[in-house]
Amino acid sequence: MNKNNSIFESRAQGNLKKRHRVSKIWRSSFFLSTTIGIFSLVILLFSIINQAFGYVIVENNVDPASLSSMPLQSLEREELISILQENVSKNRFKTIQRDNPVEELKRSELVGLVTSEIIKPTTLKSYFLIPSLTNKAEIIRTQQDEFPNAVVQFRSWISPSFLTDPLSTNPDTTGIRTALLGSLWIIVVTVIIAFPIGIGAAIYLEEYSSNNWLSRIIKTNIDNLAGIPSIVYGLLGLAIFVRGLNLITSGAFIGIDQSNGRTILSAALTMSLLILPLIIINAQEAIRAVPSSLRQASYGLGATRLQTIWYHVLPAAMPGILTGTILAVSRAIGETAPLILVGASSFINKDPSGLFSNFTVLPIQIYNWTTRPQAEFRNVAAASILVLLIVLLTLNTAAILLRNHFSKNKAA
Amino acid sequence: MTENKNQPIITVKDLSIFYKTFRAVKNVDLEIFENKITAIIGPSGCGKSTVLRSFNRMNDFIPGASIQGNILFHDKNIYDEDVDPVQVRRMIGMVFQKPNPFPKSIYENIAWGAKMNGFSGNMDDLVEKTLQDAALWDEVKDELNKNALSLSGGQQQRLCIARALAVKPEIILMDEPCSALDPIATLKIEDLMRELSHNYSIIIVTHNMQQAARASDMTAFFTMDEDRAGVMVEYGLTTQIFTNPKNKQTEDYITGRFG
Amino acid sequence: MQIAQNPLVNKLRKKPRIGENLIQAVLLICGIISVLTTIGIVFELGKESLLFFTMPGVTLKGFLTGTSWQPAIGEFGILPLLTSTLITTFFAMLIALPLGLGAAIFLSEYASPKARKTLKPALEVLAGIPTVVYGYFALTVMTPFLRLLFGSDTVQIYNMLSAGLVMGIMILPLVSSMSEDALHAVPRSLREAAFGLGATRFETAVKVVVPAALSGIIAAFIIGISRAVGETMIVAIAAGSGSAFTFNPLNAAETMTGYIARISGGDVAYDTPEYNSIFAIGMFLFLITLALNLVSRRIAARFREVYE
Repeated sequence: MNKNNSIFESRAQGNLKKRHRVSKIWRSSFFLSTTIGIFSLVILLFSIINQAFGYVIVENNVDPASLSSMPLQSLEREELISILQENVSKNRFKTIQRDNPVEELKRSELVGLVTSEIIKPTTLKSYFLIPSLTNKAEIIRTQQDEFPNAVVQFRSWISPSFLTDPLSTNPDTTGIRTALLGSLWIIVVTVIIAFPIGIGAAIYLEEYSSNNWLSRIIKTNIDNLAGIPSIVYGLLGLAIFVRGLNLITSGAFIGIDQSNGRTILSAALTMSLLILPLIIINAQEAIRAVPSSLRQASYGLGATRLQTIWYHVLPAAMPGILTGTILAVSRAIGETAPLILVGASSFINKDPSGLFSNFTVLPIQIYNWTTRPQAEFRNVAAASILVLLIVLLTLNTAAILLRNHFSKNKAA
Repeated sequence: MTENKNQPIITVKDLSIFYKTFRAVKNVDLEIFENKITAIIGPSGCGKSTVLRSFNRMNDFIPGASIQGNILFHDKNIYDEDVDPVQVRRMIGMVFQKPNPFPKSIYENIAWGAKMNGFSGNMDDLVEKTLQDAALWDEVKDELNKNALSLSGGQQQRLCIARALAVKPEIILMDEPCSALDPIATLKIEDLMRELSHNYSIIIVTHNMQQAARASDMTAFFTMDEDRAGVMVEYGLTTQIFTNPKNKQTEDYITGRFG
Repeated sequence: MQIAQNPLVNKLRKKPRIGENLIQAVLLICGIISVLTTIGIVFELGKESLLFFTMPGVTLKGFLTGTSWQPAIGEFGILPLLTSTLITTFFAMLIALPLGLGAAIFLSEYASPKARKTLKPALEVLAGIPTVVYGYFALTVMTPFLRLLFGSDTVQIYNMLSAGLVMGIMILPLVSSMSEDALHAVPRSLREAAFGLGATRFETAVKVVVPAALSGIIAAFIIGISRAVGETMIVAIAAGSGSAFTFNPLNAAETMTGYIARISGGDVAYDTPEYNSIFAIGMFLFLITLALNLVSRRIAARFREVYE
């Protein structure tokens, strides 16, 4: 009996050791699963930064020193205009005048014009950041051997002029102003449309509808809408806003001469439908979190439902609603697929000027540049991604700060 | 005013209250008199609060709640089709179990309800007057713009009372107003109730028998019947209920042999 | 008569609140807009699909069973697009499901509150990155890596494997956060019972907590699949353009979403076979994802019934 017992014990202990080992192995594999996601994030950021900076071998069509003894940046506007007149053909100058009258341009814009029209720098070869840092000698040797007329420069593809220059088909001179403004226009209009409707729907569902059949349909419907692929919203936008309501979205109804409905307005309407479920679900949660004692206090004083909602429920729920809206907006900023369908054009360089302008947005440009074969477009794409990620990071930080600020206030 | 004693301000006739199909309160008849403090006491779950909340139609917000019978306010049934519940609540104010000031300044807490109800006089005077009536003025007069949530629990509850007064109701319903407060704060509220009863009729629900005995003029004793529905067992002058109860259940309860 | 004399009665009387009613109506309309969106989707996709299927040479049977998608020569068999969608989805799930569940188990059962507090937001950042950026990642990092691994002769520049794997990374945080919620909802008492019987942490997690949360986890998996099927930008960038009926994940083949994006990216003329076909495919996509979402919701609801 005693003997049996000890056998049982020793067996159990041997077993236990094995079980602990299994437990430990699995623990590390679970940990690994968690870190693989984070590891990919690091790789992703690294590859973007790797491509957004690095050496380039550049050849100038005309040596800037032959145009002026002084650096272009230090020249006066008049001098720049005369350089331009002397060095481009008469017809070309006329074309330039027609597109952007030079007299109205700022000095920095004139410098850009001289660069793109006369100096015409061409990137012959671009290098990633890592080889640039580790293998500079090799790069210089390549330049001397293969491109004796070119120079090696270190280039940050993301730069102030990258943000402020309009789009162009040349990766060396393109900026993203057109796309940034397009994104901004669409987001602002989208928020103007979706924010009030979203809050209105959330108020109706939380404060008015008493679980009747209609509100149940609306709730189920919103949950399902949130799961529909964004490209389907794009199809809806194409069929209804771009095509069906062409007369309105093109601005033809107020006499704007615009051939199609592929406008900021169509894009913003489509985006509104896309983020509406997100705004509603978040706003519902925020409204639900308002303590009912607040509502009772208000009703107890003889307030109507509307007065209670307007003066007490909404102000208390607003931080939560705003946080949810910011998150929905950051989703909209990164959306690409639906905008392809409603006709974002990747080849415009005119800034959007209103609801009825044609447009492009940052993610569309990233898509477009990523799929181009030339390596330099990848650099430009990487730089644009950096800009996009910084914008999103800022928005998300704002949302988190808002949420923390709110919960701290609540605790006090 | 003494002749008003015979004229009830609220007359409850055969009141039953339902939550969906469950009858929470059964066949209550009750008369509330003007400028008196009426206490409703009884074990927990006996429907005291439910009855109180039916007096200003706060039960309307509970899905599935419905009533049978009449509640006459000055001879008018407040559950009639043509009665606006919002108007009822303007005339019959309420103070809740837990102090629930708005997350705004002290001043705004009082001004909001009055403004909403069309008060057009001097708001500063009204705020001062109601805060004085609620015995809070001396404590807060220098910090009217401070957030009401920074006050102590007892101060918050007196602010809630002041807030209710600013709407100028005829009746103030109090749903266990002291249950979240310490004894000193409780005593202050009881003194205040006594003071207010010169101008207002007060109905208070309390689970604290000493409070009912100390502070009220009339007492209604509720309990649960075998169906777990609340029923009113006895109603009369507080002194009579506590010294000479007619009903055996009342006697058991107030002497602590029950509940 | 006595009643009528009391001025109070008049005061109590209901007054019309036109403003309030009007605003309530406006709020109701706000709620109904979402229903109209769904109706709009079903109607527009249905209408254009109908036009598509009534075109000469197009039949539902041919659409569902044809192995060639060449709109230019009138061949509309969805199988090439469908298989590549399924293949990319398969590889996405190969990454997202085990890793997502593993991460969820780690965060819910193992991680200290402090570790949780740093790891969880990091995964959330992953979820917030636009899909076009993942597309860039697939083309510029994953594909070169795969070509290095398997040889650039066998791996085409555009291939389904790269797109699928990166899609898996994109969906991972979604699966892990939904699974973690499900694990979190399992009552403590169940874990304590297992620990009390001498189970290790791993045994408790895998033999007690995960089975208890299984329906919640399955709901998360299905949502993940639905997301992968509908994902557009990654496949549009990295999986290749031009349909191909192939089961080799190292080859290029266009998915359903990729086709919609490519066709609509050009200036497609209205009422052409191409234009109508993207709506037919969109309808197909809509029905698949809707069905997946409904199933997931049903399963999740059953899970909630058990624990809430």
